[in-house]
Amino acid sequence: MIKVLFFAKLREQLGINHLSLEYTEDMVSVASLQRSLAESKDSDWTAILADQNIIRAVNQVVVDLDHPVRDGDEVAFFPPVTGG
Amino acid sequence: MPEHPSKSAEELPDVLVTNADFDIAILHSELAAQGSDVGAVATFVGLVRDINQGDTVFAMELESYPGMTERSIQAIIDEARGRWVLSAVRVVHRIGKLLPGDQIVYVGVASLHRGEAFAACEFIMDYLKTRAPFWKKESIAGQERWVESRQTDEEAAKRW
Repeated sequence: MIKVLFFAKLREQLGINHLSLEYTEDMVSVASLQRSLAESKDSDWTAILADQNIIRAVNQVVVDLDHPVRDGDEVAFFPPVTGG
Repeated sequence: MPEHPSKSAEELPDVLVTNADFDIAILHSELAAQGSDVGAVATFVGLVRDINQGDTVFAMELESYPGMTERSIQAIIDEARGRWVLSAVRVVHRIGKLLPGDQIVYVGVASLHRGEAFAACEFIMDYLKTRAPFWKKESIAGQERWVESRQTDEEAAKRW
């Protein structure tokens, strides 16, 4: 299983804060996971996840799109941060 | 048993993300008690403004990524410790609903001399603004909006 988390504006746009997914070969990288998510949901997901500003983290560390995803990982998608 | 004058206070956590408000007097005395070699304590406190982009802000909701947020701030503190000799560092960041004038964030740095304390405090704050996962949603007249990240914050972080 992998856990996928969404935060802030992204969470509201997608209408969901987390998903638990059975790990498949479609999820070997962050980019392929994103593609697989977009294909399995409605067309809004494709547009929302394609936003250039989205930040992605695997196991709570910010990564690039080509970063591998393994079974058991926690993958998060979120907008640029605005704390402080 | 007599108390040793240079005894440092009990081990403090470097990072706290909390719904509760914080007392800067308590945080200051805890930092200052981190050893008799502490010669400088520099602190920064961020507050909720009542105006943003020309609109009156009535309230603000702060969201974090529990786990990653603490971890990101700890990584920033560790990096600061690699750059300067620091006796103690403390970061407190609030989440949940806040009102104008409320304290949002505290960064406190204790060191031997002021140069390290000032620099590390500013470095930690600049990095926190651009790297720690927090998001602000503000309530303005009749609506809510997510605060957009600012290029000026990116530039502030790049100078280090």
